[in-house]
Amino acid sequence: MKALKNYLDKIKPNFEEGGKLHWLYSTYDAFETFLFVPNTTSRTGVHIHDARDSKRTMIIVILALVPALLVGMYNVGLQHYMAIGQEMSLLNTFLYGLIAMLPLIVVSYVVGLGIEFAMAQVKKEEVAEGFLVSGMLIPMIVPIDTPLWMVAVATAFSVIFAKEVFGGTGYNIFNVALIARAFLFFSYPTKMSGDQVWVRTADTFGMGKGTVIDGYSGATPLGQIATTDAGSFSEFTFHGITGNPLSISDMFFGFIPGSVGEVSTFAILLGALILIATGVGSWKTMLSVFVGGAVGVLLVNSFAQNAMMDMPFYYHFLLGGFAFGAVFMATDPVTSARTEKGKWIFGFLIGLVAVAIRVFNPGYPEGMMLAILLINAFAPLIDFYVIDANIKRRAKRATASLKG
Amino acid sequence: MLGECEETLRGTVTSELVRICPEDYQGITPKLSVRAGDNVKAGAPLFYDKNHPEMLFASPVSGVVTNIERGEKRRILYIEVKADKTTDYVDFGSKKPATLSGEEVKKTILDAGIWFLIKQRPYDVVAVPGKAPRDIFVTGFDSAPLAPSYDFLLQNREADLQAGFDALAKLTAGKVFLSISPKSSNKGLREAKNVVINEFDGPHPAGNVGVQINRLKPVNRGETVWTLTALDVAIIGHLFNTGIVDLTRTVALTGSEVKQTGYWKMVIGTQLKQLFLNNVTEGISLRYISGNPLTGKKIDADGVLRAGHSQVTVIPEGDDVHEAFGWASLSPKRYSAGCTYPTLKKAYRMDARMLGGPRAIIVSNEYDKVFPMDIYPEQLIKAIIAFNIDKMEALGIYEVAPEDFALCEFVDTSKLELQHIVRTGLDMLRKEME
Repeated sequence: MKALKNYLDKIKPNFEEGGKLHWLYSTYDAFETFLFVPNTTSRTGVHIHDARDSKRTMIIVILALVPALLVGMYNVGLQHYMAIGQEMSLLNTFLYGLIAMLPLIVVSYVVGLGIEFAMAQVKKEEVAEGFLVSGMLIPMIVPIDTPLWMVAVATAFSVIFAKEVFGGTGYNIFNVALIARAFLFFSYPTKMSGDQVWVRTADTFGMGKGTVIDGYSGATPLGQIATTDAGSFSEFTFHGITGNPLSISDMFFGFIPGSVGEVSTFAILLGALILIATGVGSWKTMLSVFVGGAVGVLLVNSFAQNAMMDMPFYYHFLLGGFAFGAVFMATDPVTSARTEKGKWIFGFLIGLVAVAIRVFNPGYPEGMMLAILLINAFAPLIDFYVIDANIKRRAKRATASLKG
Repeated sequence: MLGECEETLRGTVTSELVRICPEDYQGITPKLSVRAGDNVKAGAPLFYDKNHPEMLFASPVSGVVTNIERGEKRRILYIEVKADKTTDYVDFGSKKPATLSGEEVKKTILDAGIWFLIKQRPYDVVAVPGKAPRDIFVTGFDSAPLAPSYDFLLQNREADLQAGFDALAKLTAGKVFLSISPKSSNKGLREAKNVVINEFDGPHPAGNVGVQINRLKPVNRGETVWTLTALDVAIIGHLFNTGIVDLTRTVALTGSEVKQTGYWKMVIGTQLKQLFLNNVTEGISLRYISGNPLTGKKIDADGVLRAGHSQVTVIPEGDDVHEAFGWASLSPKRYSAGCTYPTLKKAYRMDARMLGGPRAIIVSNEYDKVFPMDIYPEQLIKAIIAFNIDKMEALGIYEVAPEDFALCEFVDTSKLELQHIVRTGLDMLRKEME
């Protein structure tokens, strides 16, 4: 460690004002502070500081994403080998998912961080850590078969137009990862929905060669129920990609087709526990998303016309990106409501709107992405009214004291 | 934090030279009343406020003015007085506040040069004598980290405290509010008369007068309240009881790097060199603070006790520490008020590092947790940064002082200089409004 520090100190002059690598200063600084806690001491104000910084916050979110990522990778392999009708060991199954997923993660990070580093240099600021999380979220919410160039384009678009034009991490209005997904969804709809994209049937780097078995269908459970002819939920059964019926535990533990991150509600809940225990994610937002969703579903259930409207609320929570969105997307502090009262309203509306989109739109079975983006836009308005109540109270007090 | 003060009086510290720094007094423009070479008595004015010439600032000692150090733009950095062996006080004559009128009380304090002990909100500056306060708020305890115990500092000061409270009562048509902690045992505080006593329980910032005002009777637009600490009330009371200005403070020497903590008596402006001599950790770089680690002033090893403080703290500077992979650290040495680090110890040895780089405000609900006032701190800070006067007023700028934001600044993951932001905002607002 000491040798590394000495090396860093030795090369530092190259990056400082006047050095020939000064145009890489932000990059140097990012790596130095990544390796060593900066030893700048306070100039004004408090002399002591909390050990928590932006890096710590982001790393906790990534940690919370890990369970969902691991189970999701395993599921990629599982679905693949089911599709080609081969039995594989647990390790091989996971390995397939890993090598299928890695390129997506690498592309997302390289493109996104590249832009972030460049922007930080232009603005002469330190590199903000926000993209460490966004860069992990993006590959987790797109279909596993999304072409890499699309991921690159979408990532670049969202980092530049959803974040940097607003001023960077902390100033954006919309969730960066969701903008990337929305960009893909509207630009390349055939690659982002339907029943061909959720399971990788081809081999990956030569691993898992085989032909798809007869009777294969890659539709997600939500896709199935959205397109079914069944008149009510009791007449309908979910089935897996080989036609086998799906149990609730399959859905809970994540052995269904879908994006890598969203499939395992169990792993997502583990992540939620980490976020809540460390105080990084707001339990109020998470809970109110689920409450809003439940209220929405119960309302719709009461006048159900088809299987989708009739589906009980716990299926809504288990399927699609509902849980993932509630835990990892809605709680993004920058794009969420910032007041505590506001968070209750913010989350509730997301749940409600997500269910409404799922149930009432004919074309697309998932509603979480659009619901969160829509309510992101309303977050400042929600905060405005919460804060306005405080302002009014103060004004009232002042008038009362003038009279008194 | 490590370095809690032991409750023993260890003696008196005197220094040959005493330095008074006008920058300790917020909101005034100092004009000198003395020149180098002049003789002054303790209680005689060293300088006055340009805008309020009746507001004098007393010398804490008698002696010869040896040096007036100026900085950029001829700003006065400090006035240095070479102290006599025995202090010679100006006699203002003892008076009974109860028999005086409000104007007479005010004149007595102004003439004696200790008006600066009274601060006002809005703006958190030395009180403007011409403006009558709605109420006066006195805090009777200090809840800051390693803070000295007022019970101990105010031992045997019952008479001074009461005289001080009687004097303050004359200065306002409203009430004098005294806040004490449930643990306060000092009779002068607990049994004080002529004041409304309230108890405040809880961790810091329960002892901050701003929090107490917000909970009792918040400041509205157009209103002024005055604030003091009970220690300053005793100094004012002492003036009325004895007729002399005694700016002696009992000072707690605290901090993890102090070998022998304890209390020492000294006048403000005393050089602290001898206090640190052979009594602090050697071999690492240290941060010396006049005051507490949250709101105190950074001083040099040969610095002086600044005007408002009854505490001196020494902690490691930390600029010689290179900690690897801090973001992944599970080290029990790192302290965080949140839950992103394991809390394993009761007391921590904290240094002056920022422990992170400056960022935009990202995490929400971080300030609110340590800001127990009916105010949205984050939104107020943003309004101040944008200097949107309407917004600042609407969000309660008149109720706050920089010290109220000290804990927000401590927990801030974005490492912003919140107290500095608030101070600048208040100063700019005052310029704009007056």
